[in-house]
Amino acid sequence: MNHLPLIIKREYLTKVKNKSFIIMTFVSPLIMIALIAVVAYLSQLNNDKERAISVLDETGVLSDVFVNTEHTTYTILSNTNLESAKELVKAKEEFGLLYIEKSQDTLNIVDTVRFYSDESPSLSIMSSLERKIEDKLSNTKLQRDGVNIEKIKASQIKINIAQETFTGEKTSKIDSYLKLFFGGAAGYLLFMFIIIYGNMIMRSVIEEKTSRIIEVIISSVKPIQLMMGKIIGTSLAGITQFAIWVVLGSVMIFVLTAILGINLSELQTPQQEIMQQAMQNPGMEQEMQLAIASFLNLPIANLLIAFMFFFIGGYLLYSSLYAAIGAAVDNETDTQQFMMPIIMPLILAVYVGIFTVIEDPHGTVSTVFSFVPLTSPVVMLMRIPFGVPIWQQVLSLLILICTFVFTVWFAAKIYRVGILMYGKKPSYKELFKWIKY
Amino acid sequence: MNNLLVAESVSKSFGDFRALNSVSVAVPKGSIFGLLGPNGAGKTTLIRIINQITMPDSGHVLLDGEPLQPQHIQNIGYLPEERGLYKSMKVGEQALYLAQLKGLSKQEAKKRLKYWFEKLEIGDWWNKKIQELSKGQAQKIQFVVTVLHQPKLLIFDEPFSGFDPINANLIKDEILQLRDEGATVIFSTHRMESVEELCDHIALIHKSNKILDGKLTDIKREFKTNTFEVGLQTNAIDSVTNAIKAKFEVMPATFRNLNDDVKMNIKLHEGDTSNDLLSFLTSKAEVHHFVEVIPSANDIFIQTVKNN
Repeated sequence: MNHLPLIIKREYLTKVKNKSFIIMTFVSPLIMIALIAVVAYLSQLNNDKERAISVLDETGVLSDVFVNTEHTTYTILSNTNLESAKELVKAKEEFGLLYIEKSQDTLNIVDTVRFYSDESPSLSIMSSLERKIEDKLSNTKLQRDGVNIEKIKASQIKINIAQETFTGEKTSKIDSYLKLFFGGAAGYLLFMFIIIYGNMIMRSVIEEKTSRIIEVIISSVKPIQLMMGKIIGTSLAGITQFAIWVVLGSVMIFVLTAILGINLSELQTPQQEIMQQAMQNPGMEQEMQLAIASFLNLPIANLLIAFMFFFIGGYLLYSSLYAAIGAAVDNETDTQQFMMPIIMPLILAVYVGIFTVIEDPHGTVSTVFSFVPLTSPVVMLMRIPFGVPIWQQVLSLLILICTFVFTVWFAAKIYRVGILMYGKKPSYKELFKWIKY
Repeated sequence: MNNLLVAESVSKSFGDFRALNSVSVAVPKGSIFGLLGPNGAGKTTLIRIINQITMPDSGHVLLDGEPLQPQHIQNIGYLPEERGLYKSMKVGEQALYLAQLKGLSKQEAKKRLKYWFEKLEIGDWWNKKIQELSKGQAQKIQFVVTVLHQPKLLIFDEPFSGFDPINANLIKDEILQLRDEGATVIFSTHRMESVEELCDHIALIHKSNKILDGKLTDIKREFKTNTFEVGLQTNAIDSVTNAIKAKFEVMPATFRNLNDDVKMNIKLHEGDTSNDLLSFLTSKAEVHHFVEVIPSANDIFIQTVKNN
């Protein structure tokens, strides 16, 4: 008799009706948005801080490089000595004093520049000051040696290698970034999904054990049906939660921008500034078009289908292991020793994905790991945007399915024996014995 | 005989441990069958095999003449010793779910649940969560869920644990009524007084082997020692006592009686009848108390287990 739909329904409804699940579902997007807003606000606050720096330049050649910016105002001091300048800066409560000592060779002041301040200045302030002085001095040096600066500037050439496959498809660096983004997002999503909802399955198995209802249930249904029902029901609850998060998140961003008038894109971080500067480059427009084109050029159909299969396959594989762990132990604290072998390949997959797929999506390491069943879902999902031959995808999927069938069989064995075992924490050796029962 | 359940030389091992060693039992239709044995004897393993939770290594089980099949679980109601309910689920929802797992339709389950909830006066619990109920209250729900699908075979493992005497009595009456309505009951317990009260047949399992089974009255007949508890009234206590001692094997007896000049347990000789003893006694003194000593289930249990 097939009780699977009934079990799935119960598991789903119990999860969805659970108070902490509901709270998590509706509160965590709020927390996320709040967090983003706070971080954005804080970084804005930090950027808004105005600094006043006084410069005492005894050489007299550097005064013109310190131009006031939005966040920093420079005061050029003259006709004073170091000691009185220090006093002055302290009295005016300025951020600091840049002191350039007079030396015989104005161009050789490597060791004679000092910065005085109350608090030690940040790395970015120091390097910006250093760069200013370096630029000025090297330009002066070049000029002194009779080199025409304008000519040097004019002779700088920017090369952008156009990439094209043999079949004539245009690709670009942007294209690679885009692929990396999609692959990474898919792989990471799977990783998160497994960790969050795999744990949920495990806890629900343990709950059945500790509430001792398990024997009543399995006198009515086969353990494997119960296990599959649990996995599917919990996954559906997970998908529901994810969907609500996506919808809530977009609605909230919309509401925030519309009502509160906070334009999130205006909350700039330094990186964004750099990005924007890059965007203003001529030729960027063309690259944007190329990006859109390359997005359309992505194997979207392949990506979607593969995402579905590898996501489901990988998720089921791991969640059956989680269910088996839940069955083997009595309480959550005992799960630690069995969690390691599950978490390790997952983390390995993500690292392999991040470090080797970027470097060489079709290299030996990434190819091998996209076939190894425990890492293949994540790694393959990251590789696919770069174009993986269909036969590789199918083979990897077949391996994954075979492993999945084996794991479910294995997990069901442990599950069947484990759910009726109480009191002792089993060792790996005992788990192995259970398979033979 | 018409047996509802027959297990034939069922064996089961867990690793090196042999939990059941070629155990055969036959449970007659419409009886209450006591499955007895010390802790760890293998009772639960046998019950789990009947419920198809574990598969036997060898031997087979017939239900109503057919080898056990997955759909037979609809005909079995099982109340395990290790039992519980989903703590955060509402009583009604939970009972409906468990009933549907046993193959009842939702409407039918609802109708029967209503009947049972009214019968046990627990109707107002429908929307309560299990964690709001006491242990005994949860046990009541568990009992209802076990019998709701009107199975031919009911298996109760320590059904009275957790109940107060009033509720234990209530459940006992329900079990007897279910038996009278045609259900067959397998009843596993350590409480020998309830075996005495309820069981028609018993089987005793000890160290993975069945060491005794049959009708409880037959077993008692087999275990009786032809001993009679006797209370006599006489003036010549010593001479009467000596006369009896000369003729019979005598053991001291303890029972309460108004006239207790002479109290003793007297064992009959081979071939003698109770009438022979009685006529001997009446010739010596006035008989006030004359009862055959019938071994209790408790005595039988202890004696059999100790001898093995």
